[in-house]
Amino acid sequence: MFFDSFSAFLEMGGHGFYVWLSFGLTGLLIIGNVVHVRMARRNFFREHAQRQTRRKRSGTVPSNSGQNQQHKATEL
Amino acid sequence: MSEVANTSDNTASRSTSVVVVVQPSDVSIGKQFIGQLIRDLKIGFRSRGDFINPLLFYALAVMLFPFGLGTDATILKNIAPGVMWVLALLSVLMSLDTLFQRDYMEGTLEQQVLHGAPLSTLVLAKVLAHWITTALPLVLVSPVLAVMLYLPGHAIPVLVLSLLLGTPVLSLLGSIGAALTVSVRGGGLLLALLVLPLYIPVLIFGASATAAAANLDGPGYAGQLLWLSVFMVLSITLAPFAGAAALRISLEQ
Amino acid sequence: MGVLKTLWHKLGSPRWFYDMSRSWSMIFGILAVLLLGAGTLWGLAYAPADYQQGNSFRIMYLHVPTALVAQSSYLMMGIAGVVLLVWRMKLADVLAAAIVPIGFSMTLIALFTGAIWGKPTWGTWWVWDARTTSMLVLLFLFIGVGALRDAITNLETAGRACAVLAIVGMINIPIIKYSVDWWLTLHQTSSFSLVEAPTMPSSMWAPLLLNVLGMYCFLGAVLTSAVRTGILKREQNTAWVNEVVEQELA
Repeated sequence: MFFDSFSAFLEMGGHGFYVWLSFGLTGLLIIGNVVHVRMARRNFFREHAQRQTRRKRSGTVPSNSGQNQQHKATEL
Repeated sequence: MSEVANTSDNTASRSTSVVVVVQPSDVSIGKQFIGQLIRDLKIGFRSRGDFINPLLFYALAVMLFPFGLGTDATILKNIAPGVMWVLALLSVLMSLDTLFQRDYMEGTLEQQVLHGAPLSTLVLAKVLAHWITTALPLVLVSPVLAVMLYLPGHAIPVLVLSLLLGTPVLSLLGSIGAALTVSVRGGGLLLALLVLPLYIPVLIFGASATAAAANLDGPGYAGQLLWLSVFMVLSITLAPFAGAAALRISLEQ
Repeated sequence: MGVLKTLWHKLGSPRWFYDMSRSWSMIFGILAVLLLGAGTLWGLAYAPADYQQGNSFRIMYLHVPTALVAQSSYLMMGIAGVVLLVWRMKLADVLAAAIVPIGFSMTLIALFTGAIWGKPTWGTWWVWDARTTSMLVLLFLFIGVGALRDAITNLETAGRACAVLAIVGMINIPIIKYSVDWWLTLHQTSSFSLVEAPTMPSSMWAPLLLNVLGMYCFLGAVLTSAVRTGILKREQNTAWVNEVVEQELA
């Protein structure tokens, strides 16, 4: 370890604010990207299930199974 | 709704009265180029707004700087090269909206694509006509405005030359953006967003050539002008193809 | 050669790619966590401080990787544009669309960290140095492509228009970079550059290498996931997507 103590590590020789601000902002944007792609995937599955439900309702398939599917989608 | 249809009918009949566009695909590229150029020049000079507005914008915007910064000659002299160049760039940008708009609305553009006319030749002719009717007046009026900003007299020929070399590049690069956004409603701001980053090199070398000419002790301006010429040659040879591809994509939908 | 050719043809089928890439996102993600975790810990706590800049140089461990990944992403988008226009490969358009948000984020991080780094180093938040200026231009190029895609309603037209724009941008980037460098030699403000690679001891650049690799893996993870979702969206009316969705929901 380069630093003598944990507080010295946090302080970064007076540059702590800049270093931790950089790493904090980067962390936020990285997490934001991960959340974004996961949400996109989840939203697709939910919307697709809803579309299927609508299709099945208007089609020959009984509405019961459609409701089932929507239920699953919300569980996801 | 009927009003809109009416006005577009009017413009259509007006431009078809100028030149009848009949271009069999076996006409030579040179002939097609000249024909398109003459047609667009006639329309361009006839519709006074397209022709005068960029010029007025340029003059008015230059006039705003003394109001904002005061009339101190040394300040104005120092900012003159940059101001003249940035405003010329913005004026060209603002005029680009009209480059393909009318032909697109009338359906002329679509017909020409269907006819199998070489689109890159068409784009080059249209850009040249557009440059002559909108950018060339800017270049011609720039010495007057430069004097009003106290740009030293010996720098004015360099300003004009740099604008002569640089504005065609701006028009050509802009034509790619105009072709991409021709079908987008209210695409003016989007067009600015797309092409302004691409304008940076032209601005850097154009403004720097003028500034170098204004400052007699500093380094020369020949290098910058050479770079502007390189950009012009590059954009004349490459941009029409990109513009043609962009037009074809915009017309497909 | 024959193997490459079949691979190329297979890439034309989104379904094939979807089935292939099932575990890629996870693999890239784990690699990214390991590499970025190790590199960042090493860089923050174990690497020696810079003799000139002190501890603020540790921001480099974020600035350089994100700047590299940002530039590579734009290059990738340009190449995807060529592939889309020449071979009409759907997958290339899905990829290009997926690159915009992550490329934009990486450019933004590089800009932020560059600005924050500038404060203790040069005393101002913003310096017109070559690296930050070209990052700023890159940011606007990404914004332009994103805005064009949003503005055109027809999905296929939007993809092809963005491809043209990305290619034009890709050709222009070296010219813009050269001009900006030239312009900076004219208006030189900073006395030393932030990153002086050759003078760095290995204890300083080894963590950087880890973070660069880690950031590329992160890009890989995000892109794979986004591309897979993009494929499902494009093909949502096909039987195989219905099958996939039913399997995943079961």
